[in-house]
Amino acid sequence: MDRTYLNRKGIGKILQIIFFALVVKPLVFIILGLNIRGKNNLPGKGPAVIAANHNSHLDTMVLMSLYPLKKLYKIRPVAAADYFLSSPMRAWFALNIIGIIPLERKRRVAKKELFSGCHDALNNDDILIIFPEGSRGQPEQISAIKKGLFHIVNERTDTQITPILMHGLGRALPRGEALLVPFNCDVVIGNLLTKPETADDFVSQLESTYQELKKYCITIKH
Amino acid sequence: MITIPQNSLIAMLVILCLLVIGSISRLFIEKKNPEKDYTELRQRIQSWWWMIGILFACMSIGETYAIILFGFISFLALKEFFSIVPTRQSDRRVIFWAYLSIPLQYYFVSIEWYGMFIIFIPIYIFLFLPMRMVLIGETKGFIHAAGIMHWAVMLTVFCLSHIAYLLVLPEKNPEAGSMGLVIFLIFMTQFNDVSQYIWGKALGKHKIIPKVSPNKTWEGFLGGMLTITLIAALIGPFLTPLSISLSLLAGLLINISGFIGDVVISSIKRDLEIKDSGDLIPGHGGILDRFDSLIFTAPLFFHYLHYIAY
Repeated sequence: MDRTYLNRKGIGKILQIIFFALVVKPLVFIILGLNIRGKNNLPGKGPAVIAANHNSHLDTMVLMSLYPLKKLYKIRPVAAADYFLSSPMRAWFALNIIGIIPLERKRRVAKKELFSGCHDALNNDDILIIFPEGSRGQPEQISAIKKGLFHIVNERTDTQITPILMHGLGRALPRGEALLVPFNCDVVIGNLLTKPETADDFVSQLESTYQELKKYCITIKH
Repeated sequence: MITIPQNSLIAMLVILCLLVIGSISRLFIEKKNPEKDYTELRQRIQSWWWMIGILFACMSIGETYAIILFGFISFLALKEFFSIVPTRQSDRRVIFWAYLSIPLQYYFVSIEWYGMFIIFIPIYIFLFLPMRMVLIGETKGFIHAAGIMHWAVMLTVFCLSHIAYLLVLPEKNPEAGSMGLVIFLIFMTQFNDVSQYIWGKALGKHKIIPKVSPNKTWEGFLGGMLTITLIAALIGPFLTPLSISLSLLAGLLINISGFIGDVVISSIKRDLEIKDSGDLIPGHGGILDRFDSLIFTAPLFFHYLHYIAY
């Protein structure tokens, strides 16, 4: 499989900017539409991690669109290698235009090797987007949170986690659907998580934060 | 070549002057109380500049562009409505069809097909959407969903498209042109909101409907009525084909229906326990927060005018 990256500061960056300016941002801000809460909590520079809930392919597009075009190349979604690298076309697009960090979900590998891509990016002051539920799950429901993210930040002193809750994208483009239906979506950006002591502490902290952030959504009937 | 009828041009310039006065007063207030935060006021006025600027620009470069603009506003409003009300996951495809009513409805406006414009949504969309729902076959919550969807399309597409139809009516007051009608309707509706607010702030004591909107008072409502009917009587003959007394009645109609539109949208938001319907217009909230009164004033003013002058 061809995994060569384009130059992330040169041609890759330019193609990414063109794609986001002409396709992604109009899609996110006009066809969809965001109700953003807590915009000041969004991490401005790396190393940092965004932990968001995951219902739709649009999630990554929405989160990246929160950043200005010239910062996009520093924003790195961590995504499943088994899905996004499954065909050469998709892999080229995911690696170069979106700038994903592929993660091997299926193969058993040592933790160190598993997260090496993430650590490289964080060392490079990038901002990672991680979906701790692992996959998209049922529309508008939060599935069990996995512990991988804890192991990434636990080894580092320089990286903190910003929780983001999104709601509405599972209505706009749920898993397994090809037809996009316009809806406004809530994006609620929380305060930094306090440094978790254990993996279980991380999971419970993130779960309760998501519940708390849900109160700020206007697309949920309370 | 851009041609704006004289009276409409004067009205536009007056509105722009009011905006300039608003912006300058804001600067003065900020200078006087430097410790207070005026971000919301600043955003509100800035958003007014944008909204009025876009509206005037589209109307000036041509009727078609203004029709497209109102279609786009309908899209934003419908999207906002569907986003805040609970919808079933199985209705996604029906909602998609509901969106498709927008280009059709505004197309009928643009070709001046009044007969179709007036029945397309109340009849064809009304009957089509439940049929599409039946094809999906989810019966749990069917009544609720059918009701919500049709109400949404009526409010945000049918009612708002009446503003666009004003633009294609034959010109009965050539000095103002058809855009004079739109300026009259929008300006009177928004000024009604403002004057009810100011009268209410200054004199308000007796609440009208405390359960829905605790800030609405009889004093505000009646003060607004006085202000708006007088102003309407003054500028109606200038911008519309209506005489002074008929303009006065138009002002009264806009005053009452604007109030009702405002509190109806407020009731929706109360039911959903939200304050704003969206984030789109900084300082104002969502599209529905800004167009609440206009949703009611547009069709009522249109049909009043249509009955009297056409």
